[in-house]
Amino acid sequence: MPTAVLLRSAVCVTGRFPALAGVDLAVAQGEVVVLEGPNGAGKTSVLRVCAGLLPLADGEGTVLGCDLRRDAPALRKRVGMLGHAAALYDDLTVFENVRFATRAAGASLSGVDAVLERLELGGRVRRTPVGRLSAGQRRRVALAVLMTRRPELWLLDEPHAGLDAGARAVLGEIVAEAVTDGATVLLASHEPQESWPLADRVVSLVGGRVVGERPVRGAGSRGEAPELRSVPGGVHVA
Amino acid sequence: MNATDPKVEPWSPTATWVVRGLGLAAAVAVAATVWLGLWVTPPDQTQHDLVRLVYIHPPIAWVALYLAFGVAAASSVLWLWPRTRSRVWDRLAVSAVEVGTVFTALTLVTGSIWGRPTWGVWWAWDARLTSTALLLVLLLGYLAVRRVPADPDSRARRSAVVALVAAVDVPIVHFSVNWWHTLHQGATVLNANLSPTIHGSMAWTLLLGFVAFTLLFAWMLAIRYRVEVLSELLQDSQLDVALHERWAEGTGPVTGDPGVAPA
Amino acid sequence: MWRDTVLVAGKDLRIELRSRVVMQQVVPVAVLVLVLFAFALGPDRAPMAQAAPGLFWVAVLFASVLAVQRSFALEAADGARDGLRLSGLDPAGVFLGKTAAVALQLAILEVVLTAGVVVLYGSHVRSYGSIVVAGLAGTAGLAAAGTLYGALAAGLRVRETLLPFLFLPVAAPVLLAGTRAWQVALGIAGHAGDVDNAGDPWLRLLLVFAAVYLALGVVIFGPLQEAS
Repeated sequence: MPTAVLLRSAVCVTGRFPALAGVDLAVAQGEVVVLEGPNGAGKTSVLRVCAGLLPLADGEGTVLGCDLRRDAPALRKRVGMLGHAAALYDDLTVFENVRFATRAAGASLSGVDAVLERLELGGRVRRTPVGRLSAGQRRRVALAVLMTRRPELWLLDEPHAGLDAGARAVLGEIVAEAVTDGATVLLASHEPQESWPLADRVVSLVGGRVVGERPVRGAGSRGEAPELRSVPGGVHVA
Repeated sequence: MNATDPKVEPWSPTATWVVRGLGLAAAVAVAATVWLGLWVTPPDQTQHDLVRLVYIHPPIAWVALYLAFGVAAASSVLWLWPRTRSRVWDRLAVSAVEVGTVFTALTLVTGSIWGRPTWGVWWAWDARLTSTALLLVLLLGYLAVRRVPADPDSRARRSAVVALVAAVDVPIVHFSVNWWHTLHQGATVLNANLSPTIHGSMAWTLLLGFVAFTLLFAWMLAIRYRVEVLSELLQDSQLDVALHERWAEGTGPVTGDPGVAPA
Repeated sequence: MWRDTVLVAGKDLRIELRSRVVMQQVVPVAVLVLVLFAFALGPDRAPMAQAAPGLFWVAVLFASVLAVQRSFALEAADGARDGLRLSGLDPAGVFLGKTAAVALQLAILEVVLTAGVVVLYGSHVRSYGSIVVAGLAGTAGLAAAGTLYGALAAGLRVRETLLPFLFLPVAAPVLLAGTRAWQVALGIAGHAGDVDNAGDPWLRLLLVFAAVYLALGVVIFGPLQEAS
């Protein structure tokens, strides 16, 4: 299977601080990988590196066939990121935000209405300026923006945070559908109950490096969360 | 780059000798210019001893306006062009701008001193002084951007853009300020006063002045470049220290070996 | 690139239409600057009318700093800047789109300021043609250079003080040329220059400035965006 993401000894610096201190990561196309680890471990930085937003200070990286040092701009339009911040324009309505992103990506507007309905953003909400929505709704708009662009690599940073149970279930379905369409998904999450059922593999990050990884028991057993045990610094599979 | 290297050499021994030679040549040339300018050459009919400033003011101005700016602009373009991108150009650009700032300030000071006895004021909105003052502010802008904390690549990128925007602005400023002045009869009279007729030993001294200050610029550029190289080495080793601390977060005591993940 | 230009300009202008920040805050500040100048120079109208061209362009320059800052503040809110980089938009298109939006806002501001100058300082416009051309060319140049520097300063903590410090010296030729062109248009003698034909070189300078910075911005905006 072709590799979607390959990072070798990746070092990334924000200001003077080495957010990533030598990360080795390989993700095959179509895989769903969950990144877990304590706060400050570098999960968000890994996602940003894979989006081509954070340059490499040292090491190598290839994402979707693009070398991170040379081809980052070409990579960015093929990637979709759901970050901590919603990255939306507060003064524009839900529909206008999604329409702008869709047009910017050169995608067709035909699927937009369906996506909005699915995420419960239709009707009156659709015409509301994003600035007036609740945090959970903003997250859903950001997700809608991502979906309409149909990226090959999905980078989700704590996607379950701020979503209610219904939205979380929809997210699970959406991720599964994206994978069936050939996308690769990289998920950073603090919530193993929610994210592990979706995953093929869980990778643990501490101090800007990968400290371990484990396969989730069988790709077919989605929905059966392995037994969890908390230890300081992370969560481990029993 | 290992943090435990005992001695840091920013460049090869040959380069060190070349730079030393450059410094020596510059010192000799400047000294000769001063000697010739102050004692050997005759005073001017109209300006008397004041004309001696002609041996340093135009050379300093030429270095600031054309040489320093030219080097800064060219290095910035070379850095921005992906095919020729290299840390060398970024270092060269910042060195040229910093040394250029010194020379620009000197241009303003010597120009002001020259004008004072003739005009009676420390500052006049003479075309050249005005353009030079604006140039100084543009250079200071570059240095301000340089100070913003950022990773080396982003910093180099922003600096290069500032240098280019400024470089493109320089001829525009030049023309606009000159036109501003040709419409002002008063200023042309002032300008005429400051252009003495140059012949004989004065011409040779002037030429020597140009050579001397060009050498001085080259030497200062080299020294500043070296400082930049050393600064980068320092930042690299600081990054190494930061990396070690970061690894300690995950693995407890520092093992010093980055490639091995704990079991 | 042009498609993206229209898209981005449309987005920026639509946001302005909703939020009305430039119209309700920047334009009043610029008019206020004119009023303050009157306090400084008045109460006789003669010195004000004499200085009107320069005062107009100084007010425009300050307003353009504010307009550019606003243009990039749109993206600063809530990480939209990352969104723009990921969006797949051509950077040259983003540059031209933002420049166009800023230029349009500045143009509207200039109309208001022109009216302000006529009313407050008692200036008489002799030639509307050259005012319009000078205004358009100068505005395009200011918007282009401002957007370029605005992008550079965006996301930096010191952006509020850095942008004026970088932008205003670069914009100085526009101030110079615009003022002279306006002097001609308002029939105010410079010092010794004759009034009727002397406006041409200044208009040409404004056009050159605009062309140069538009071209530079198109080429350089992409590489500049890479700075994180």
